[in-house]
Amino acid sequence: MILDIQGLAFKYPSRPVIQNISFEVQKGECLAILGTNGVGKTTLLKCINRILKPQHGVVLVEKEEVFKLSRPELAKRIGYVSQRQGNPRYTVFDTVLLGRKPYIKWDISSRDLEVVNQVLALMDLTDFSLRFLDELSGGELQKVIIARALAQEADVLLLDEPTSNLDLKNQYEVLRIIKDVVQSKQIAAVITMHDINLAIRFADKFLFLKQGEIFTAGGMEVITARNVESVYSIPVCVEHFGNVPVVLPL
Amino acid sequence: MVNDYAGYTAKKKLIILLLFGTTLIMGVYAISTGSSGLTMGKVVSTLLGQGDPAAKAVILNIRLPRILAGLLAGAGLSVAGCVMQNTLRNPLASPFTLGISQAAAFGAALAIVTLGAGKVQNSIADAVLINNPYLVTTSAFAWAMIATLVILLLAKFRGITPEAMVLAGVALGSLFGAGTTIVQYFAPDVQVAAVVFWTFGDLGRASWNEVIIMTVVVSLSIAYFLMRRWDYNALDSGEESALGLGVNVDRIRLGGMFIASLITAVLVSFLGIIGFIGLVGPHMMRRIIGGDHRYLIPASVLAGSLLLLISDTLARTIMAPVVLPVGAITAFMGAPLFLYLLARGYQKK
Repeated sequence: MILDIQGLAFKYPSRPVIQNISFEVQKGECLAILGTNGVGKTTLLKCINRILKPQHGVVLVEKEEVFKLSRPELAKRIGYVSQRQGNPRYTVFDTVLLGRKPYIKWDISSRDLEVVNQVLALMDLTDFSLRFLDELSGGELQKVIIARALAQEADVLLLDEPTSNLDLKNQYEVLRIIKDVVQSKQIAAVITMHDINLAIRFADKFLFLKQGEIFTAGGMEVITARNVESVYSIPVCVEHFGNVPVVLPL
Repeated sequence: MVNDYAGYTAKKKLIILLLFGTTLIMGVYAISTGSSGLTMGKVVSTLLGQGDPAAKAVILNIRLPRILAGLLAGAGLSVAGCVMQNTLRNPLASPFTLGISQAAAFGAALAIVTLGAGKVQNSIADAVLINNPYLVTTSAFAWAMIATLVILLLAKFRGITPEAMVLAGVALGSLFGAGTTIVQYFAPDVQVAAVVFWTFGDLGRASWNEVIIMTVVVSLSIAYFLMRRWDYNALDSGEESALGLGVNVDRIRLGGMFIASLITAVLVSFLGIIGFIGLVGPHMMRRIIGGDHRYLIPASVLAGSLLLLISDTLARTIMAPVVLPVGAITAFMGAPLFLYLLARGYQKK
């Protein structure tokens, strides 16, 4: 496995947010974290990346305990795409170049420029590279922020609702790129999502959070009406189109 | 694509080079300006080790320390403002909004009034004499650092946000302003005059000793900021993004604030209060050269130096032989320019 989370717990002084979270992700896999608003999905990602310091638990990337690493070393292993975006007054190239920050000692190297070029080409952003971020559409902007995380050449990507505020076309495009990159580079992605059907379409595994704890986790077999109803507290049915389940609220 | 990007960054480097050349020429012009009838050619030849003894005496003993003080103070205040605005993520951050200048002014007032460091002397050349400048400077520096430490301790142990940090600075500014008023209220007229004189920024106070200390502090600080330029770029994308990119945000923020405050404290305590350079310098450059700190830091350094040199030259020539306080000129030049920039809106470069 590439990512191994053991007994992660985080609480604010007034209330616990996540408790006893343990799961694994294999190379080439996308894991979707699902659950209602405020259940702790973003907190979980921030704890994995040590943006928040969990009170309990261990995070291993390639069997290495990441909490013992320095910040730049951690950034070489885990790339993070937050809901908050980059600086609108930076160009696409400069923003993606920031992904090389953990590797830059004094100035950028030819290797840094090479990686940025590759990532821009991979994300189909080459033509936009000298545009400022505030000149981009929502989909293009999201691709730039993902490109920045890819430039970190990390083993694990954490993506916090990467498809929020995107139209259907861009949602599919962004997730397709993430899935392709994860498979081709044999890394792992942990993605928090609200759209359960989109998650079904792109993720390999699913983890449902309820009241800060894992309600259930696994492959396509956990996508059942009973599980979804328990987590989201609304009646649903699950229809199948071929092998693909579709969750329909009733 | 790499070639396109190289062209894009080459433009920024060219702007910095032009700024450097302009500052250099302005420096020579500023040295030649005054009542001694020096020409720019004479200044250059004297600086190169030639020239007559009279010109040498004027240039090396009077003009050069003043111009170097201007270059250093402008560079230091501007780069301090640049880093404060980045680390606090607040475009209004400056030594003033953080209360550091007011704390230094309070320290100076306290030394002049209660420690007997100042008195008024009636002479044409120097209307007011502070008879123990190092006592005033030490006290101003100590109080500026107290204000800085309060802000840093609040940030470190109470975990206050950048916005709250600026509010804390405003509170400190009011507190030290009130302290200065009380000190002045109980002081005799002559000492009040000395305090008021001190609060006007003036480059003429700098001797070679001060220039050497300022050179060490300002150049080491600029080197530190340049070393951290990628961290500041990452911080521009937000705290969470910066953490995700491997930036130790707390350390960078505290380090940046400490060094920026140190520069301010040293400069304010040697030269008095010189406003607006820390705001206008980096803001102007941000609009011309963009927000990338690889270019913004050197550009802010040069812009601050250039602005302060122009202001000082104006201060010396507008009402010659009367030399106006440079702090008043920077405010006259800086405030309308700042308002113009705001009114013009954000234009991308």
